[in-house]
Amino acid sequence: MPINYYIFLAVALFCIGVAGVLTRRNAIIIFMCIELMLNAVNLLLVAFSKMHYHALSATAPHAGVDGQLFVFFIMVVAAAEVSVGLAVIVMMYRNTHSIDVNFLNRLKH
Amino acid sequence: MSVQSIWLVPVLPLIGFLINGLFRNSLSKSLTGIIGSGTILLSFVVSLLIFGQVRQPGFHGEVVTLFDFITVGKLSIPFAFQVDQLSTLFLLIITGVGFLIHLYSTSYMHEEEAPHFARYFSYLNLFVFSMLLLVLGANFIILFIGWEGVGLCSYLLIGYWFRNLEYGNAAKKAFIMNRIGDLGFLIAIFLMIRQFGSVSFGEVFDHASSARVGTLTAITLLLFVGATGKSAQIPLYTWLPDAMAGPTPVSALIHAATMVTAGIYMIARSHVLYDLTPVTQGVVAVIGLLTALLAATIALKQNDIKKVLAYSTVSQLGYMFLGLGVGAYTGAVFHVMTHAFFKALLFLGAGSVIHAMGGEQDMRRMGGLRKWMPVTNATFLIGCVAIAGIPPFSGFFSKDEILAAAYAKNPVYYGVGLFTALLTAFYMFRLYATTFAGQFRGTHDQEHHLHESPSAITIPLIVLAALAAVAGFLGIPEALAPDAHVLGKYLAPVIGGEPKSEVAHGTEIGLMALAAILAAATSLFAWSRFKSKPDLAEPTGFGKVLANKWYVDELYNAIIVKPLDLLAQLLVFIEKNIIDGIVNGVGRLVQYSSRQLRLLQSGQVGGYVLLMVVGILVLFLVELFVKK
Repeated sequence: MPINYYIFLAVALFCIGVAGVLTRRNAIIIFMCIELMLNAVNLLLVAFSKMHYHALSATAPHAGVDGQLFVFFIMVVAAAEVSVGLAVIVMMYRNTHSIDVNFLNRLKH
Repeated sequence: MSVQSIWLVPVLPLIGFLINGLFRNSLSKSLTGIIGSGTILLSFVVSLLIFGQVRQPGFHGEVVTLFDFITVGKLSIPFAFQVDQLSTLFLLIITGVGFLIHLYSTSYMHEEEAPHFARYFSYLNLFVFSMLLLVLGANFIILFIGWEGVGLCSYLLIGYWFRNLEYGNAAKKAFIMNRIGDLGFLIAIFLMIRQFGSVSFGEVFDHASSARVGTLTAITLLLFVGATGKSAQIPLYTWLPDAMAGPTPVSALIHAATMVTAGIYMIARSHVLYDLTPVTQGVVAVIGLLTALLAATIALKQNDIKKVLAYSTVSQLGYMFLGLGVGAYTGAVFHVMTHAFFKALLFLGAGSVIHAMGGEQDMRRMGGLRKWMPVTNATFLIGCVAIAGIPPFSGFFSKDEILAAAYAKNPVYYGVGLFTALLTAFYMFRLYATTFAGQFRGTHDQEHHLHESPSAITIPLIVLAALAAVAGFLGIPEALAPDAHVLGKYLAPVIGGEPKSEVAHGTEIGLMALAAILAAATSLFAWSRFKSKPDLAEPTGFGKVLANKWYVDELYNAIIVKPLDLLAQLLVFIEKNIIDGIVNGVGRLVQYSSRQLRLLQSGQVGGYVLLMVVGILVLFLVELFVKK
């Protein structure tokens, strides 16, 4: 399968993520959209690493391994981020009884 | 006492300055006076002990290095003192006459409040310290530090009564005039560093003969510019008469012991350079002669007792420069010494008169004072006779030595010099007759107040009068008695050789007799003319020009001060409107744009994210479409 499909899918996922972050006001949905963007990137990394491996496997036995390593990194960071982020959202809800991000504009002052 | 302890001489007045300056609010007046005068007295004693060493035959000058001062690259300037016959002689004059003036001040300034009294004494001590540093320095930089120090102190002391605006202006004038001269001095030092790679007297003078005459002429002329500022010569002399704004003892200090003799000392010290540059010598002689003549003519028509003395100082300094210019270095230094005695005497005598008159300085309102002030009268008369050049008083010998050397160089110098000497005799006896002879012309209150001054004032007068009377015998000319020029022999290791008169002894005696007889005749003429009917009318015609000092101040005002003032106004306009406009404009622009940009901070996270995404997109597009 050519790499184009992977790229199209990843770009589509990423754009959905961006659009979600820009348009939604519900903090949890924004959060999910961020995850979507991260996973779009993951998909790209894996796809490129696989294709790269195919091209170079004859000469370099470990080609493409670093791309896959990055994916694990991102997964770990994302997991950490989710735990912190969800905690933030829980605190936010406790304080304001709402998870609408536009409600929290007091940083302005 | 060993020569190594020379550092005590300047340090003692410095200590006096620090104590009086720092504790001026808590010291009593008598304690201030004791500290102020005592430190100078101690310094004088140390100088005397060192003089005892220096006058031994075979003493050839020593450089006492205290510590490294400036070391830059190959240039090294140590903080070193030059101990030799010339500097020791000046030490004695400065500390000796300085001490008498301090003693006199304790009585003269007694009406000041204690803190101001202490401020006055601290300035005096600092003044003496700076002058000692100037004289002792073993290189031009140390000399320059002292040079600047006396400039500063003269400013402080002339403006001592700073509440009077006019006095403040006189102080500023003195300071600015001096700064103009100092610039010349500074450039001369830079040239020396470039030419010789050193500023120490020893090295510069040793290598002087290998330098190009052009360079040396530039150096010596620039040094002379410095000297015209400090020693009040044409064109920078106008500050000295204005310096009369300070208290009278300060005038005595400036005119006799310190400050104005600095230029003479500096040129006598670097006579090696001047000997190599005949052009500069000519300039020095002509400027000195012109100054002597100009100031003497002005003094003829002044009515302020201190102004007459001030112009006579300018005139006598002109003589000294004439002496330096014709190569009579010993004569010039000799005249510095005798002048220090009789001019300090005259100023302190004038101070005593002013004290008795309750602050009156106009001699048209004096007259007949000898009845009330016998000591002041007698000592003042000795001062007048000495400055008029009547033998056997000191002024005759020193003036004669300069005139004889001038005659050997160029008879025209001699003629003008002699004429100036007669003018000197005339105005001094005009001053004496108007002040001390005739009838008292002041108010009844003043007459009631007249009294002889207390002993703190009369003792310095008597000591100085004695010195002014006999100091001339230190330099009896060769023509009168062979081998009797004590001062010449003493200074020989520094200035080189007994002053050789190139005039035949017969001629010299003739010239001397001529000068003495003419001076005496002029003095008697002035005395008889002014003793009963003093010149009280407002001057007219040429006299008015003289009374207005040849309008030199007005001329300077018109050609220098006014244009500078206009330029300053133009620059103020540019500064206020253009430069300030640019600066304020930048500020206003930043303020305006930040006010607009602030609107972006809405607090809406969505807005921020949108901006971020737009930014990323722009970067993408730039990356894609802009060709590298």
